[in-house]
Amino acid sequence: MKTARIAYQGDIHFAKSTKNGIELENGKAVGEEEVVWLPPIEPQTCFALGLNYFDHASELSFEAPEEPLVFLKGPNTFIGHRGFTRRPADVRNMHYECELAVVIGKQAEKVSKENALEYVSGYTIANDYAFRDYLENYYRPNLRVKNRDDSTPLGPWLVDVEDIADPMDLSLRTYVNGEIVQEGSTKDMIFDIPSLIEYLSGFMTLSPGDIILTGTPKGTIDTKVGDEVVTEIEGLGKLTNTIIA
Amino acid sequence: MPYAKAVFGGAIQESRIELPSSNFKATSDDHNDIEGFWNPPITGTIYGTLLNYRGSLEDMGSALHNDPYKSPPKAPVLYIKPRNTLVGHKGIIPIPEDTDELAVGASIGIVISKKATQITQENAEDYIEGYTIINDISIPHSSVFRPAIKEKARNGFCPVGPWVMEKDAIDNINDIETKVFINNDLKQQNTTKNLVRSVEELLQDVTEFMTLNKGDILMVGVSENPPIATKNDKVRIEVENIGVLENTIQ
Repeated sequence: MKTARIAYQGDIHFAKSTKNGIELENGKAVGEEEVVWLPPIEPQTCFALGLNYFDHASELSFEAPEEPLVFLKGPNTFIGHRGFTRRPADVRNMHYECELAVVIGKQAEKVSKENALEYVSGYTIANDYAFRDYLENYYRPNLRVKNRDDSTPLGPWLVDVEDIADPMDLSLRTYVNGEIVQEGSTKDMIFDIPSLIEYLSGFMTLSPGDIILTGTPKGTIDTKVGDEVVTEIEGLGKLTNTIIA
Repeated sequence: MPYAKAVFGGAIQESRIELPSSNFKATSDDHNDIEGFWNPPITGTIYGTLLNYRGSLEDMGSALHNDPYKSPPKAPVLYIKPRNTLVGHKGIIPIPEDTDELAVGASIGIVISKKATQITQENAEDYIEGYTIINDISIPHSSVFRPAIKEKARNGFCPVGPWVMEKDAIDNINDIETKVFINNDLKQQNTTKNLVRSVEELLQDVTEFMTLNKGDILMVGVSENPPIATKNDKVRIEVENIGVLENTIQ
């Protein structure tokens, strides 16, 4: 099942995706553009991965890391489908990052790779924008690059874990103004989802609502004010965002 | 009289408590009459600030100009202490199996009173509810090139409390002494006079790039040479006019 958190006529709803479109709890069908899309979950602890695709690491002239490069994100940065993300006037390189987001469904402590997926409740799409002008070499990538307000679109749907046969074989694509600019497959992750859950739960407890943004493949290029950026993952849908001044 | 907000005694709602004297100095006896459990007195996200004591920058020395850092930091360098790290006053800091030593990072936590976006240092005080004490525990590590999640985000690695002292109880937050005791021995002493960015400047420079929400905490920073503690140690952080945070490592 696919669920979304939306605002409609003054209330917040958990809507389902059905063949009739978007359906509210009471069965009413509503249109995609009639509702305000919120992130499909309110993330608790959010982990994000840097350099987790072989081709993206080489694109940035980094060697593949021996241990996952993990950073954390705060709640100020999340925004829903069809939202707007601001490009600061002084920035010369602001790029999208299409990422598979993994939602933890139950408490996970010292979980092994073999049964790691039992701790996943579902998946969604994240667009983990980076503002590269602000990179500095302290706790890199730091929050000024990766945790700006409204700079991590999430959604549109939370897709149940049962609906995705193999999360490690999904194609990812990003389109800017309708043109394809980034393409990859979750097959090319350096640390796959079970390895990431084993790694993180090996030194800290993961809880329901925690999410892991698993990194992005190559093809990250600068975007401009007015661009419509669509990040798409096979089986999960398309997440739209527009860049504003 | 100083007032503070605390969550204790198994309650889930916070209480506003009056502290014993008008010249409250924060010693370990001030709240011994309050028995029972203390929860972290805050609900928001905890952001840490790296290298904001002059001594911590000075200790980096020429390394600031060499690989991998290349140049001294320009903007505030932040990190997040996630929810699994939170523990209240008198709570246990569990020592992980893969280390024998923990670094004690004493910091004042600025508690945000309302949504703060691109504020100026002149009006920063309007966005402060009060102050609490944070013990930012880490597994000792020397490199600050990559985020130190594995060193800083273990369960129980962020004692917070005992309360949020209302800001009216503090005359000048940029002139406050912090002390760290391990098993009653004074191991570290510093003052917020030595901050690189004052509390107000820090709020200005952080909210330039990200919003702090009501209830969020921004740590002013951790002093250089954090004291090392080990199993069964009792760690006490005393912060002038704010309170005493005490935890045991087990």
